[in-house]
Amino acid sequence: MIEIKDLHKSYKMGSNVLHVLKGINFSVKEGELVAIMGSSGSGKSTLLNILGMLDVADSGEYTLDGVPIKNLNETKAANYRNKFLGFIFQSFNLINYKSALENVALPLYYQRVPRKERQAKAMNYLEQVGLKEWSHHLPSELSGGQKQRVAIARAMVAEPKVLLADELTGALDSTTSYEVMDLIQKINDQGNTILVVTHEDDIAHMCKRIVYLKDGVIMKDEKVKQIKASAYV
Amino acid sequence: MFSRDTWNEIFETIQKNKLRTFLSGFTVALGILIFVSLFGLGNGLINTFDKFFQEDATNVLYLFPGKTTLPYKGYKSSRRIEFENSDLADIKKNFPMFLEYVTPRITRNKLVKFKEESDNYNITGVDWGYQFAEKTIIMKGRYLNVEDIKNKTKYAVIGRLVEQDLFGSKNAIGKYLDVGGSVFKVIGVFQDDGGDREERGIYIPYRTLQLIEKNTDKIDQMVVAFKPEMGYMGAMAFERSLDKFFKDKKFINPEDQNGIFIRNVADQLQQNQQFARVLQIIVAFVAFGTIIAGIIGISNIMVFVVKERTKELGIRKALGATPKAVISTILLESVFITTISGFTGMLIGIALLSSLGESLAEDYFITNPFINTGVAISATLLLIIFGAIAGYIPAKRAGRIKPIIALQDE
Repeated sequence: MIEIKDLHKSYKMGSNVLHVLKGINFSVKEGELVAIMGSSGSGKSTLLNILGMLDVADSGEYTLDGVPIKNLNETKAANYRNKFLGFIFQSFNLINYKSALENVALPLYYQRVPRKERQAKAMNYLEQVGLKEWSHHLPSELSGGQKQRVAIARAMVAEPKVLLADELTGALDSTTSYEVMDLIQKINDQGNTILVVTHEDDIAHMCKRIVYLKDGVIMKDEKVKQIKASAYV
Repeated sequence: MFSRDTWNEIFETIQKNKLRTFLSGFTVALGILIFVSLFGLGNGLINTFDKFFQEDATNVLYLFPGKTTLPYKGYKSSRRIEFENSDLADIKKNFPMFLEYVTPRITRNKLVKFKEESDNYNITGVDWGYQFAEKTIIMKGRYLNVEDIKNKTKYAVIGRLVEQDLFGSKNAIGKYLDVGGSVFKVIGVFQDDGGDREERGIYIPYRTLQLIEKNTDKIDQMVVAFKPEMGYMGAMAFERSLDKFFKDKKFINPEDQNGIFIRNVADQLQQNQQFARVLQIIVAFVAFGTIIAGIIGISNIMVFVVKERTKELGIRKALGATPKAVISTILLESVFITTISGFTGMLIGIALLSSLGESLAEDYFITNPFINTGVAISATLLLIIFGAIAGYIPAKRAGRIKPIIALQDE
């Protein structure tokens, strides 16, 4: 599903050049649930941004579902993001003046899906994350866990190839974190490919594979025995 | 770009961001409102101006006698010049091709009595033509005619306010007035757009007035009306010939500026039209400034809107919004708001102007302020178009927002 070869990325900080990614090679198959772990500054967020086409690598190859991702202009990147990827952010990033349902339906708006169909689909995904009754509430009326579930539904609604989650439990307490991870595991069990960036060990061990990143290189890449989050809920 | 879905999205955004909508809408509405009001008030000022010079006929010359300042042909300076009846006859005889009518004007202030009521009024001895020079409107009865002058009848045409003062609600026609000791019969009542002062006057045949004053043939002033088709140049030429004729006749040095005076309404009209034009330019300049200020206001709001929405636009882009979609969202929203509020402001302005009407005429010299609908609409469109152009720059920048930067947590 994801194929990365010799990825490099550096940032200019005034006169200094900060080499963040120093040759990353890895691949993700369909249906995997991968955690990318590392301390802050290890380059894990940069990697995720490149995977998410929010940022561009300096060199290296990136193939997503057989499509080489290169020479992207803004419009093309936007279309690929819309078609291939679903994002889940640490700070949820819901649009604060839109209801839960409208937030979930937004990616479909940019796919020009008709309004009725959009809303039906969005409602369906809200139901899957257990928030059907909250569909007409604004984000400000929802708890952190609920917001993140809305964000997950929004990431799912366009039926992307890959879900990218950046510290998705970073703003949640542990109980809520496990609830959210439980949901992620269930979505993964349905066959969806998910990448989770985290620095929390327990969250990482709820995935099926952990990639350890340190100073811009992969230290370790191992399959782990998945801990079911439902055991904690 | 113009699908129903796009508009739904825009309406939703507008509805749910009332403060932002209000702020940008208010600026535009206020800008257009000020523009329309200013422009309209300027026009009202010009209206008043025009009206001033339409109260009296514009094809007349006023001749005033003066006092010489230079000796000439054996006459010393400081000689007082007087007009007399023969001057009227000379004008008729020498300038028939220019002349429409000529009338003297002899003004006296006399005590006028009717029964118990009395007051002082301006009594003006005139010929029949004076009605046209003053644009006097007869309400009832008739004006003085050729026969009245020739027969030196004791007839009087009184102003509307004179009738009101002396006769109350009764009809003055046919009644007899005591004018400074002589009895005059009221044959007409007039009104005049010139105002109260003019409507507190009485016209009598000038020959009758002269008869009362020991049968003199002296005249205070002469009013000479020329044919309007002569135009401005013709009027100026006529003025020069009259000046020359009377300086000859009255033995006034041709260099003497003070022997007689001629007031040429055509000349004044020309000057005043120029003044009105300058006024119009000033008003247009200020109004144009208002529009510029409005455009700058909209640009500022657009910059603010983009800044405020940076995060939201970042989210939208992460979810698959193309730069074009982002730009059109911002632009359509702002054009929609400016259009609605611009035309609202315009309509309020027009309504305001038409409600003013004559109410400012007395104190502020503004009569019937109005704005040409075409001007109002083009100003509004101008503001909308330039608002959109000014908004395009921040919108384009918004389209280029990198989602990762927009989504960074502060």
